[in-house]
Amino acid sequence: MNMDIARRGRQAIHRFSCAMDTDLNSQDRKDLDKFIKFFALKTVQVIVQARLGEKICTRSSSSPTGSDWFNLAIKDIPEVTHEAKKALAGQLPAIGRSMCVEISLKTSEGDSMELEIWCLEMNEKCDKEIKVSYTVYNRLSLLLKSLLAITRVTPAYRLSRKQGHEYVILYRIYFGEVQLSGLGEGFQTVRVGTVGTPLGTITLSCAYRINLAFISTRQFERTPPIMGIIIDHFVDRPYPSSSPMHPCNYRTTGEDNGAAYPSVEDSQEVCTTSFSTSPPSQCVFTVTKAHFQTPPPVVMDTLKVPMMGLAFSHQLSSSRLSYQPAALGVGSADMGYPVIFAGGLNAAHPHQLIVPGKEGGVPPVPSQPAHGTQADHERMVMCTPLDGALYSAATPSSSEDTETVSNSSEGKSGSPHDLLETIFVRKVGAFVNKPINQVTMASLDIPFAMFAPKNVELEDNDPMVNPPDSPDVESPLQGSLHSEVSSGSSTGNTHDDFVMVDFKPAFSKDDILPMDLGTFYREFQNPPQLSSLSIDIGAQSMAEDLDSLPEKLAVHEKNVKEFDAFVETLQ
Amino acid sequence: FIPGGGGAAASFGGRESAALPSPAGNTGLACPRAQTAMNCRAEVLEVSVEGRQIEEAMLAVLHTILLHRSTGKFHYKKEGTYSIGTVGTQDVDCDFIDFTYARVSSEELDRALRKAVGEFKDALRYSGSDGIGQISLEFYQKKKSRWPFSDECIPWEVWTVKVNVVNLANEQERQICREKVGEKLCEKIINIVEVMNRHEYLPKMPTQSEVDNVFDTGLKDVQPYLYKISYQITDSLGSSVTTTMRRLIKDTLAL
Repeated sequence: MNMDIARRGRQAIHRFSCAMDTDLNSQDRKDLDKFIKFFALKTVQVIVQARLGEKICTRSSSSPTGSDWFNLAIKDIPEVTHEAKKALAGQLPAIGRSMCVEISLKTSEGDSMELEIWCLEMNEKCDKEIKVSYTVYNRLSLLLKSLLAITRVTPAYRLSRKQGHEYVILYRIYFGEVQLSGLGEGFQTVRVGTVGTPLGTITLSCAYRINLAFISTRQFERTPPIMGIIIDHFVDRPYPSSSPMHPCNYRTTGEDNGAAYPSVEDSQEVCTTSFSTSPPSQCVFTVTKAHFQTPPPVVMDTLKVPMMGLAFSHQLSSSRLSYQPAALGVGSADMGYPVIFAGGLNAAHPHQLIVPGKEGGVPPVPSQPAHGTQADHERMVMCTPLDGALYSAATPSSSEDTETVSNSSEGKSGSPHDLLETIFVRKVGAFVNKPINQVTMASLDIPFAMFAPKNVELEDNDPMVNPPDSPDVESPLQGSLHSEVSSGSSTGNTHDDFVMVDFKPAFSKDDILPMDLGTFYREFQNPPQLSSLSIDIGAQSMAEDLDSLPEKLAVHEKNVKEFDAFVETLQ
Repeated sequence: FIPGGGGAAASFGGRESAALPSPAGNTGLACPRAQTAMNCRAEVLEVSVEGRQIEEAMLAVLHTILLHRSTGKFHYKKEGTYSIGTVGTQDVDCDFIDFTYARVSSEELDRALRKAVGEFKDALRYSGSDGIGQISLEFYQKKKSRWPFSDECIPWEVWTVKVNVVNLANEQERQICREKVGEKLCEKIINIVEVMNRHEYLPKMPTQSEVDNVFDTGLKDVQPYLYKISYQITDSLGSSVTTTMRRLIKDTLAL
């Protein structure tokens, strides 16, 4: 390692000589160090946020707030900042010591693959005349803008937007020598930019894998989500979670990122802090060798299942009963959510129930912070409860005019042993009974509790399945839906026959309506028969129809004034 | 040091190189070209897109350029110092291209670009040409002249995007085109960033009185450098059929 020593010697001399030559005053020096430090932190934020799988949006503000570094509105995710600071350990990028952010992909089966390495390096070329407080600052700002642009352009971006139940994107920050060997052969490099400073030139670049061909996004789209595979991950885990296998904290004993720069080859065994970047929450966990019993340890990542417009699809099809508790976890990935509750076998960590945003514009699920006595409770603050549009404690109300069905669930975790309850509340029209189906996942001993047949009985009691003989229909829609059910269409488990295929229509915008076109299309693929066309009602003969006409006309004539008034309002 | 930014104005800036003749520009400029132009960078990008992809592709490129060429609003204080507002960004997914780009969070700027690109698209589609045209984004500085001469517009950077519209026969080809154009746009973004990274000439930061000669201060949340968008449609003979200048700045410099 003479080379190592020689290199270090060169670094020391270089820094010394640069400082001497430039006669950088101490204020400038301090400023420059501060800039570089915050630049490094912001770089990490931009990269990680770009791999969360959702679109980023920040607002411009004409009046400076004084806290937006480099005049750019870049949010700071606290956990990411913490990890970056930990990796840097008070140092700054220098020659031979680069800050690297590694982005990798991990499938639900546990295979992982490095996708990109973003490197922030410093080289020896000093620009002595440059003004620190202005030019360097502005160029760093420009470099961050370039980073914003480039992060959307590498292949990993599209992969990260599609992450969800089959794979997730993880990141890792390390400081030291850049290791590119995990990227496979023929990886490409793109340079984001450089900024010269009196102490050296800062370079930001990205090396990315290109032989992703075998894991093209298509492959992931075509494979329907197989819930079984994900559940399998729990098979080896101890039940119940009295001692969580992976404490959601990043201060594992014996873990010291500062010292260890794990090489890529070892990453499978000694994985330092890796974080799922699936939104909206990030489960922070650390896996060390000690905990590594059965692969893959990073199970929590795979708990994410898409919530493909859960609320909306059910709002529109109240007669479809597959969303009933019976369907919990069965078949379609729509029902994946309750599976996660079952995985609240790690009941103390309900925040892991968060699901990622898939392209379907999935509304986030608010997590219930553990009220339990977890020692690392305070570290769970990172999984912030979201303003979940979907899940809120709903009370049945009888003032619903339209047919809406809202699934509401409450995760209760009052104590470490409390298990989560799911309350499904259906509001179906003003005049129909509103059953409240309470499904408790109390029996976590049964890994596949949600598949239990008991839920089917609830279905039988549901008036929607077996409508009363002559329902008082308030709206034609309700009536027609009733008739659809009673006319013997399949038992409402038609959803189960659906195989989830990602339907990417050109126009669907998931930010307007949190339900994608694919779901909408599926829901309305089989519209119910019009009541006037169905045979039961059309059993009356033509003659009877004609006979009843005069009566109807008389009634209408009586109300002619009303009709006229109505027509007036239209004009 | 306050991260909000700031600095003493007009004491530094980019480097000026030897003057080169200005590139052959658009006809019909109301703002006469300076005789001794400063070094005006000209960059050309070429894309081949399907008709319905024109708008999104152009917006992606123009927004990316303007992201780099916009700052926060300047607020001048005493003694020639100023503070700079904050620029937000947002991601935009394209509907007809497998592509996402980041743009400045400014609805005014977005509207202005959409208007220009919409006109370009219409001109391209209805001109009866082969579907070849180009749109130019030019950054310029105003130089006040004394009366009776009008102010000069001195361009310092011109980006030209040459567009070739293709017609596709079936859905499968369109699907392939979606992906291919997405990849091409990725390359263009990398090219743009490369140019930006060269840190070549940028106008000096102006004093308060000069700021309107360098920046477009009319927007309420961001401040791009003064820019103009123009386009040309060429017919199959290669001659310029339509040359249209659209002025997208608030001031008018009519003689």
